[in-house]
Amino acid sequence: MSLIHLVILSPFLLAILVPFAHKYFKSIHTGWFVFVLPLVLFIYFLQFLSTTMNGETYTSTMKWIPSIGIDFVVYLDGLGLLFALLITGIGALVVLYSIYYLSKEKEALNTFYVYLLMFMGAMLGVVLSDNLLVMYSFWELTSISSFLLISYWYHREKSRYGAQKSMLITVFGGLAMLAGIILLYLMTGSFSIRENIANVDVITSHELFVPALLLFLLGAFTKSAQFPFHIWLPDAMEAPTPVSAYLHSATMVKAGIYLVARMSPVFAGAPEWFWLVSGFGIVTLFWGSFSAVKQTDLKAILAFSTVSQLGLIMSLLGIGSAAAHYDYIGENAYTIATLAAVFHLINHATFKGSLFMVVGIVDHETGTRDIRKLGGLMNLMPITFTLAIIGAFSMAGLPPFNGFLSKEMFFTGMLQATEISAWNMETLGMIFPVLAWVASVFTFIYSMVLVFKTFTGKYQPEKLDKKPHEAPIGMLIPPIILASLVVIFGFFPMLLKGVIEPALYSILPSNVLSVEVKIYHWHGFNTELFMTIGVILVGVLLYLTVAKWGKIYDWFPQRLTLNRLYDGGLVALDRGSSAFTKSHMTGFIRDYLVMIFGFMIILLGVLLFSTDAFNVNLTNVAPAGIYEVILALVMVISAVTILFVKSRLAAIIALGAVGYSMSLFFVLFRAPDLALTQLVIETVSVALFLLCFYHLPELSKKMDRLRFKVTNFIISLGVGLIVIFIGLSVNSSKLFESISSYFEAASYKEAGGKNMVNVILVDFRGFDTLFEIAVLTIAAFGIYAMIKLRLADKKGGVKGESK
Amino acid sequence: MKVNDLILQTTTTLLTFIILIFSVYLFFAGHYTPGGGFIGGLMTSAALVLLLLAFDKKTVQKALPFNYLSIAAVGLMISIITGVIALFFDVPFLTHTFGYVELPLLGETALTSTLPFDLGVYLVVVGIAMTIIQTIGESE
Repeated sequence: MSLIHLVILSPFLLAILVPFAHKYFKSIHTGWFVFVLPLVLFIYFLQFLSTTMNGETYTSTMKWIPSIGIDFVVYLDGLGLLFALLITGIGALVVLYSIYYLSKEKEALNTFYVYLLMFMGAMLGVVLSDNLLVMYSFWELTSISSFLLISYWYHREKSRYGAQKSMLITVFGGLAMLAGIILLYLMTGSFSIRENIANVDVITSHELFVPALLLFLLGAFTKSAQFPFHIWLPDAMEAPTPVSAYLHSATMVKAGIYLVARMSPVFAGAPEWFWLVSGFGIVTLFWGSFSAVKQTDLKAILAFSTVSQLGLIMSLLGIGSAAAHYDYIGENAYTIATLAAVFHLINHATFKGSLFMVVGIVDHETGTRDIRKLGGLMNLMPITFTLAIIGAFSMAGLPPFNGFLSKEMFFTGMLQATEISAWNMETLGMIFPVLAWVASVFTFIYSMVLVFKTFTGKYQPEKLDKKPHEAPIGMLIPPIILASLVVIFGFFPMLLKGVIEPALYSILPSNVLSVEVKIYHWHGFNTELFMTIGVILVGVLLYLTVAKWGKIYDWFPQRLTLNRLYDGGLVALDRGSSAFTKSHMTGFIRDYLVMIFGFMIILLGVLLFSTDAFNVNLTNVAPAGIYEVILALVMVISAVTILFVKSRLAAIIALGAVGYSMSLFFVLFRAPDLALTQLVIETVSVALFLLCFYHLPELSKKMDRLRFKVTNFIISLGVGLIVIFIGLSVNSSKLFESISSYFEAASYKEAGGKNMVNVILVDFRGFDTLFEIAVLTIAAFGIYAMIKLRLADKKGGVKGESK
Repeated sequence: MKVNDLILQTTTTLLTFIILIFSVYLFFAGHYTPGGGFIGGLMTSAALVLLLLAFDKKTVQKALPFNYLSIAAVGLMISIITGVIALFFDVPFLTHTFGYVELPLLGETALTSTLPFDLGVYLVVVGIAMTIIQTIGESE
């Protein structure tokens, strides 16, 4: 384990301490303890800038399951570092913001920060893992922790709904990605991303290539909220605003972008990749910006805006993948799209992060996010207003902010799509710049709505719950920092050269010899500039007349939306599965036993006889001694007794006799460990039986019915016979040498123990034991909770534990 | 249970100690002879169950004021931490090591990192067995 592993795991370690900090330092906001960590990590990651700028990468391996090639390999290159800086940098600002946003007295801060730290660690793990399975584990952890964060205000139904929706969709995608990972493994025999990239020739020519590509894209599209999977993102806005700013603008949703960028060297050689990534991206861009205009909730506007901006980055990555189809790229023709994607990724994190914080401030200070109620806040909240202007203008792509620069490059990239001389792009390619331009007009409109509907116009204090005033300074600092970055990157984009260039090297295929980042403000009177001027002119016109043409949104059939499809599907799934479950789940344990044992008889019996595995060979059987015969007789007699006794107590005692005789068998066959365990278990379980004796129902009359008895008889006979057959067959046909000789030889040499059973339990099969005791502990907690809570309920007392 | 059984109670007080000591012996001896965390833990719970049978729950709780749920949780933590420590030595999770150490009084003793792991198992077994028996036993 090296320092960088510790760095990735440090959020989890801190998460363990958070509840204690919350409990013992009540006077201090828990967020302050958390705030330090991302700040330190951000500074730590900054050190790697010099490494990646020199074109070097950093690798460190921690063994996890080396025998099947799963190790926790940290691979830090330009792309990973860029994301790590975003995660820790924005993370620190969000935590600082949350300290002022979430009240110390009212909110359950300990759970909030535990989830947030879990998320942060998971996200770092995703972007820095080289092993695909490790990355997948972290990937799903981001889904789970974001589920917990969205449902943070779990008493609200909408929060639960949104959390469930995001979980179902992103985990569905994650599972698809897992299948893709397995397909990749089948092709190359490696889970390592770098090795897969090195074996790209094998992968591209393999027949499983396209399925793997599709599965990976499913994972990326669901995570990054691409059309038609974008429906979860607006509902995820039920989370507290710091969460929205962090997860749904700067980090989690960008995991999909990361995946596409990371896997580009593997898949970009295929036209399918180009079409799917750029196609879904551009459609998402258009649909997201179009839908954002009709929203009335500030956060909903931002949510759809995020959807559309993610589509923008995605489409750029798609166009950029065209670079893989040319052996030599003259003057970086198709790399500019990728450059724009990376640049916009950073810009989007800055302006969208600050906008979410601004909206959070408005919500926090006025009590509403509805633009129909807001208005005229400009004079009351001048700083917030300034921040909103900077963020929204950057989002709209107006100079001199950084959004303008990346938008210009975006147009360049889209225009170049028409010049690709393959796949009919000469004609079809026109779709890209046209859709991009239309989407930019809508982006302009909603950006203006966001600012001017909130901060200008008529002030309506009677519609607000609170009397608005400027936010406390702590709440303003994070968005001020982000907004200053928007301005600084706008004026000095070359500052980012050191971050962008190494990231480009990670994404672009190796045949691109050199990429030089050159971002200018003034690039002459070219098509891109005229497109921007057109966006502004048409955008202003449409913004002013939105009341007139806005009615087209009402034309959309409400019955045919994707959300209806999702909800309907969920209800149908619920009904279908509950009907299916009810058909065989009776709630009686004896019915379940009948099913389990019946299945066992059929499966094992059929298997045994159909494969001719039944084989009795009595030559090797040891003679039965007098003790064995006696014990066997005792067992048979007590087992038969159970059947005929009328009282439960006698049945328990007879059952105990069977168990004790069994342990004597172990003594006879020299298995003292088993004998001891069996004896003590028998004792304790009989005691347990006696304790709950009073609660058991009387032996019911139903058991006397003939049909019931016949079924039971057949089943018990069948089970007995099958077990005997298996036992005899196992003894008669030994295909392999017994494994016990291995343990005999190894247990002292390798584990220093002379007791084989114990060595197997704690050493050779330590994992088994660990999970077993974990399961047992959970079971104990479950029993405790079930019985104690039911007791408290019955007494009509307070719910919870009664001490 | 409100039975006042003098013989049972007198023998129990004595027997419990013997069983407890035996269970501790079993736990430590586990690596070389029959025993170990699982059996030791079960044996301890058996002794405690005997106490519960002879006396009522309140008396036992007063004599042994443990929260068995926390004992199980602590045990689980010990086992997990034992596994995690291996990571710091650059070997996979739950890799164990052993060696012989000269200790005062005991002379040359075999020490193994499975011992704390087994201790965790022991505590979990005691914790869950007692939690289950107590919660089921006291519900009415």
